[in-house]
Amino acid sequence: MLNYTPKEMVEREALVINPCKTCQPVGALYAALGVHGCLPHSHGSQGCVAFHRMYLTRHFKDPIQASSSSFTEGASVFGGGSNLKTAVKNIFDLYDPDIVAVHTTCLSETIGDDLNALLIDITPTLSEGKYIVHANTPSYFGSHIHGFFNMVNGFMKYLSVSTGTSNGKLALFPGWLNPGDYRELKRLMTQMNVPFIMLPDTDGTVDTPTTGEYTMYEKGGTTIEEIKSLGDCKSSLGIGLTISAPSVGFLDKKCKVKGDTIPYPIGIDATDAFILKLQEFSAEEVPASVENQRGHLVDMMVDTHQYTYEKKVAIYGDPDFVIGMMALCLELGMIPKYCITGTPSLTFEQEGKSLLEKYGVKEECKVQAATQLNTTTDLFLLHQWIKNDAVDLLIGGTHGKHIARAEDIPLVRAGFDVIDRYCHSYFPVVGYEGAMRMVEKITNALMDYQDSHCEEKDVEMVM
Amino acid sequence: MGKSGEVNVLDERKQFILFKNDGGCSGNGIKCDSDSVSGAVSQRACVYCGARVVLNPITDAYHIVHGPIGCSSYTWDIRGSLSSDSDLYRNSFCTDLRETDVIFGGEKKLIAAIDELATKQEAKLIFVYATCIVGVIGDDVEAVCKNMSKKHGIRVIPVKSPGFSGNKSTGYKMACNAIMQLLLPYRIEQKIEGVNILGDFNLAGEMWIIKNYLDKIGVNVVSTFTGDANYKNMLEAPKATLNIVQCAGSSVYLANRMEEEFSIPFIKVSFFGVEDTSSSLVRIAEALKNEEAKKKAIAFSNEESLKLEGFLDRYRKNLRGKKVAIYVGGGFKAISLIKQFNFMGMKTVVVGTQTGKKDDYEIIEQLASEDAVILDDANPAELETFIKEKGADILVGGVKERPLAYKLGIAFCDHNHERKHALAGFEGVDNFTREINQSINNPMWQYIKENKTLECGKECSL
Repeated sequence: MLNYTPKEMVEREALVINPCKTCQPVGALYAALGVHGCLPHSHGSQGCVAFHRMYLTRHFKDPIQASSSSFTEGASVFGGGSNLKTAVKNIFDLYDPDIVAVHTTCLSETIGDDLNALLIDITPTLSEGKYIVHANTPSYFGSHIHGFFNMVNGFMKYLSVSTGTSNGKLALFPGWLNPGDYRELKRLMTQMNVPFIMLPDTDGTVDTPTTGEYTMYEKGGTTIEEIKSLGDCKSSLGIGLTISAPSVGFLDKKCKVKGDTIPYPIGIDATDAFILKLQEFSAEEVPASVENQRGHLVDMMVDTHQYTYEKKVAIYGDPDFVIGMMALCLELGMIPKYCITGTPSLTFEQEGKSLLEKYGVKEECKVQAATQLNTTTDLFLLHQWIKNDAVDLLIGGTHGKHIARAEDIPLVRAGFDVIDRYCHSYFPVVGYEGAMRMVEKITNALMDYQDSHCEEKDVEMVM
Repeated sequence: MGKSGEVNVLDERKQFILFKNDGGCSGNGIKCDSDSVSGAVSQRACVYCGARVVLNPITDAYHIVHGPIGCSSYTWDIRGSLSSDSDLYRNSFCTDLRETDVIFGGEKKLIAAIDELATKQEAKLIFVYATCIVGVIGDDVEAVCKNMSKKHGIRVIPVKSPGFSGNKSTGYKMACNAIMQLLLPYRIEQKIEGVNILGDFNLAGEMWIIKNYLDKIGVNVVSTFTGDANYKNMLEAPKATLNIVQCAGSSVYLANRMEEEFSIPFIKVSFFGVEDTSSSLVRIAEALKNEEAKKKAIAFSNEESLKLEGFLDRYRKNLRGKKVAIYVGGGFKAISLIKQFNFMGMKTVVVGTQTGKKDDYEIIEQLASEDAVILDDANPAELETFIKEKGADILVGGVKERPLAYKLGIAFCDHNHERKHALAGFEGVDNFTREINQSINNPMWQYIKENKTLECGKECSL
C-alpha cells in the first residue's frame, strides 16, 4: 500500500518529497532544553511551538515545555515586539524560569523583527538573576541542525565571558544527541579524569525519572554559571563536524578558547579518537575500565562478523549521525551503499568519501547532502535508489519505515526522530557502550530477517 | 472550594476558566474562541494545523506545503486516518522555500513544484497550503493555482492558512472553503437519497464503522469528508439529501456552506458512546423521513446496547467513582466523553478544550460533576494544578498531554490522532472502556505511589 514511489528516477529541483530534515527553530528549542532552568521561547505563530513540542514529545515521550509570542495578523504587520514584551512578562510571572531562550521563526525573520534591539529593551526589566538570550533561526536557511548550533552560540554570545583566570576545564560541544548519549559522554570524561563543561546537556531534562511529582525545570541541564564559565575553559572540543565546528569557532572568536572538532564518537575508531583527545587533555593513562569496555566491543564484533560482512546498508538522518553510523558499519565490514542527509553540509560528502577510501570500498556508494539551494536530497530519492539497487538494511529514524515495509528491508531505528518506538532515548549510540548496542541491534535485525525469510529447511536453532 | 489554582493562573487567563460551583453559571460564562495569550505555554496549534488536519485524510490528493520545510515535516503522516485505496496523502510534499525565494518570491518554485508533479506523477487534485511567510513575501498563491489548473487541466486548490491569521478554528474554515472551491463547479440538481458524513477522519477506521451502521439501517452514504475521501467520490457530495456532522468544531461551517450552495440540510451527530450513537442513528433516519430506517435504527441500537450491557457491568466495578480530567480539541467531543464517563459511573472533574464554543461550554457545565473546573485553551501549568487539586485518576487528551499525565502518575487515554483503537460506535464503547480500564487499573502505577510514600516515610507499607 505504501509502495507508491516510482522506480523510474525523476529530476526534481523544486519539490521536496518526504524530507530528511526539519526547520531551524526545533533545533534551537532542543538546544535550549539542555540548559538548566530554561524556558525555550518561539518568536512566531502559535503553531510553530505546538509542532515543535509535539515533535520532541513524540521522540522523548516526556513533557516538552516552551512558550510562544503567538503572532496575530497585527504582529505580522506591525512587528512582534509588543508580543515578545508581553510574553516575557507573562513567562516570568507564571513559569518563573531562570532564563528564557528566544529563537526566531520564518515569520519573525521575514517581517524583520530586530531581536538584538528588542532584547536591549527587555533585559533591564528583568529581576536580578534572570536572563534572556536569543538566536536567529530562520526556517528558510539550513535545517534543524543550524538552529541547534545557532542557539548554542546564542547562549555563549550573551553569557560566556573570559575573566582571564582559567577554570582548567574542557568545553565540550556534544552536538544533537539523546540524553543517553550525553550521559555516556559525561561518564567517559569522568572516567578519563577530565573536568568539563558540556553545552547543552538534556540528561535529566527530557528523560526525567517518574516519581509522581512534576516540575517544569528538572535537575538536569547546563547551568547559567557553567555557560558563563565556558569563556575560561582551557580548551574546547566539538564533536560532529557539521553541528559543533561553528560553536568551537564561536568560543574561540569570543573568548579566545582554542579548540578542535572531531566526528561523533560512533564506532570504534571515532571513539578511540575521542578518548585520545581526552587523554591529551588530562595527560593520564586510559583506565582499565575503559580499555575493558573497548575489549568487550571488539569481542562482539568478532562474534558477529560473519553476519555483517558485505551487507549493504542505507543510512539517512542528520549529517554527523550518518557519518558516525557509516564509520561503524564499515568497521563491521558492511557496505554503506547510500548515505544521505537533508541538512546542507559542506563537510558531509568529503567525510563520507574519505571513509569509503579508508576502507577501500570497491562498490559504488552514494553519499549525498542537500545544498542550500537544492534540498531535494530526501527519503523519496533514497527510496528510488533502493528500488533500482536494493540494500540489506536501513539505519535511521522512524520515517524510513514506509521504505522498509515497501521493500521488505529490516530497519534499525536510531538518530532523530524515532517516534514509533519507546525507551531508545535512554540508551547511547556513542562510545564503546553505544557501539556495542548498535552491533547488537544491527546483527539482530539481520538475523531476525534471516529467521523469518529463509526456507523452512534452513531454519537454524544455533546461529 | 478553595481556589488554590489561582496561584498558577495568569490574570489574563482567569476569564478562560470557570469553576462550576462558584456561581460561574450566573455570570457571563467562560471566555473562549479568542487568541492565545503571548507567553502562555498553550497546547493549541495554528491556522495551518487546523486546515491540514481537516484536508489531510483526502487520500488521493497531493498536499503541497508552500513554505519552509518545517510545516511539512511536522505534519507528515502523523494522523492515523486510514485509507481503503490510495496512500498518496501519507507522503510529504513541500516547496521548502529558501533564503533566495524569500528575497525574490516563491511563486517560481511553486510553479516548478506543481509542474514536477503534474507532468511526472499524474496528479488530479493538488492542495497548496500557503503558510506564514507566503503572503508576507508577496506570493499570489491563488493566481498560481488558477493558472496551473488551466495549464495542466487538473484541480489545484489554494488553502489560505498562514499560521498567524487566526487560530486552529480559522484553519478548519479555510479547509472547508478549499473543499467548497473544489465542489462548486459540480452543482447538481438531480439528488440521490443519501447522506454525506462530515467531520469524521477515519481515525483507526471509525468512518468504516459509521458507514457500516448506516448500511445496516438502509441509509445510503454518498460521500465522506474527509475520512477515506477521494477526489472522485467527493464530487458526488452535492447530490446528497442530508449532511451529518460528527466533529462539529471543524465541519459545521462546511455543512452551512453546503446548505447555502447545494440546499443540503444538516444535523449534528456523535458516534461516541452508546447513548449518542443510538440517538444519532435514529435522528438520521428521522431527518431523512425514512420510517423503515428508523425502525431498523431502533432495533439495531437496542440489540447492540444489550450486547454491551454485560460488558459494561463487568468494568463498572473497576471504574465506579474514579475521577476524570478531559482535555481535547473540540467542545462536542468533550460533551460525548463526559456522557460516556457518566455512563461508566466515573466523575468528570476537569474539562478543557482548545476550540470549544460558548454553547458547548454551557452543555459541558450541565453535564460535568458539580465541583468541576472548565478551561478554555488551557496550558500545562493549569492542567497540572487542576488535575492535582481535583485528584483526577485519568487524563483523556492528545500527544502533548500524555507525558504530563504519566509524570503526575495518573492514567491516560489518547482520544486524538494517536488513538490506538476505534473509539466510535458500539465497538468504540468496548474499545474505549477497555483502554480506560487497562490504563487506570495497571499495576505499575503502584510503583509511583510507593515512591511517594517512601519519601514521606509515613504510610510506607514495605
